[in-house]
Amino acid sequence: MESGIKHEDIVEATISAIKKAETELPDDVVACLEKAEQIESSEIARSHLQAILENIGIARRHSVPICQDTGIIILFVEIGRKLPPLPDLENALAEGVRKATVEVPLRPNVVHPLTRENSGDNTGKGLPDIKYSFNESEELRITAVPKGAGSENMSILKMLNPTEGDSIDRLVLETIRDAGGKPCPPVILGIGVGGSFDKAALLAKSALLEQVNDMDEKEHALLEKVNSLGVGPMGTGGDTTALAVHIMTAHCHTASLPVAINIQCWANRHATAVIGGEGKWNII
Amino acid sequence: MEYHLKTPLTIEDIESLRIGDVVYISGNIFTARDEAHKHILETPLENMPVDLEGAAIYHCGPLMQKNDAAEWEPVAAGPTTSARMSAMTPQLLEKHNVRVLIGKGGMDNVADSMKGKCVYLVYTGGCAALAVNSITKVCDVHWLDLGMPEAVWVLKIDKFGPLVVGIDTEGEDLFRNIREKVNENLERALR
Repeated sequence: MESGIKHEDIVEATISAIKKAETELPDDVVACLEKAEQIESSEIARSHLQAILENIGIARRHSVPICQDTGIIILFVEIGRKLPPLPDLENALAEGVRKATVEVPLRPNVVHPLTRENSGDNTGKGLPDIKYSFNESEELRITAVPKGAGSENMSILKMLNPTEGDSIDRLVLETIRDAGGKPCPPVILGIGVGGSFDKAALLAKSALLEQVNDMDEKEHALLEKVNSLGVGPMGTGGDTTALAVHIMTAHCHTASLPVAINIQCWANRHATAVIGGEGKWNII
Repeated sequence: MEYHLKTPLTIEDIESLRIGDVVYISGNIFTARDEAHKHILETPLENMPVDLEGAAIYHCGPLMQKNDAAEWEPVAAGPTTSARMSAMTPQLLEKHNVRVLIGKGGMDNVADSMKGKCVYLVYTGGCAALAVNSITKVCDVHWLDLGMPEAVWVLKIDKFGPLVVGIDTEGEDLFRNIREKVNENLERALR
């Protein structure tokens, strides 16, 4: 059976999702930054937030990347089970990244881990980092998540003892203290609790894709504690250390308690291309 | 206080700056991050492609593009995490009279080696499109074989800022002060 979705559709949709993610921050994140700027009491902190908002406006108007660290490209790909068979996704997605590198443009960030040789096109062994999942739809959804190194480098994974659940808050606060201004606060925190070593990290990263203001009581309480630290925007002090905290959980081994904290800078970039079974696509 | 400085800089230009002050810089600056620092430390003075006397070094790996006339133009040029350069900075300052470092996120254990010599200024991280507004010309590029982000770009800038003084010539470190407060707040938050 021939699929209605062609190789070129996936390539083009990938380029468009990357372009949108790199140049336009989601509205919920911008609204959150605007609110922070209004309530921030530190003058230096407010000037950082004003610069951030001005920068977001320039990037959107001129359609240029928000940050020169255009990141490595992580792609969350959701495959509808009702779709006809698809062409080779890996190759189409990698081609999309290579073309986006020229068209957006993206900074060539991808190097061999040991020789540090730059591949020049933002792809390489294992990159783009593609995370597949399935749903019951007739759509292919490609969410482009450019992840910069400043915030990624400050992220942690810790295998706690199973009885140490109460110490998760301390772990989060100490991580934020140790990170200071390095991950470009105000940050968004994705926290993965449970699963396994790698599952916890994936949960933490997935949590960053949630709507920023969609927090439950526990997440709100932790956000308040984080903001009470006074790290502030760029680590120069202030009320706004984090914009949001999102926690995702999975069941885990009775002898285990993995906790991953994925830090995201204020530029919480992501955009999704939705491709229908006939190959037509749009960006949301 | 707000200051407007022009490169190349003398000690007198920077010695009255104090942590928390706001600075705008004009003139030429050099980008340098991890690999460029390594190269600067390894390169004999007579072989240096740039003169760092009185210089401002910007911790930045810009995104550049060639225009139709085959000249480089900046697309995005925000600061990178300065702490990665912390270990190499004391040696850099011994070898070259660099007067200003610009970056983001603070630096670790460099305040003593900067005393009486150099200041560290903070630009808002991620504001790469905004930073381009202050770059009037890409004058030159060196060590491009290191890759676009790691090369040394010579940029002409006009009123680049606002930059916040993070470490001053007295050895005061804004980030160290904030961290001390954060430590106190952390214990309070967990009580």
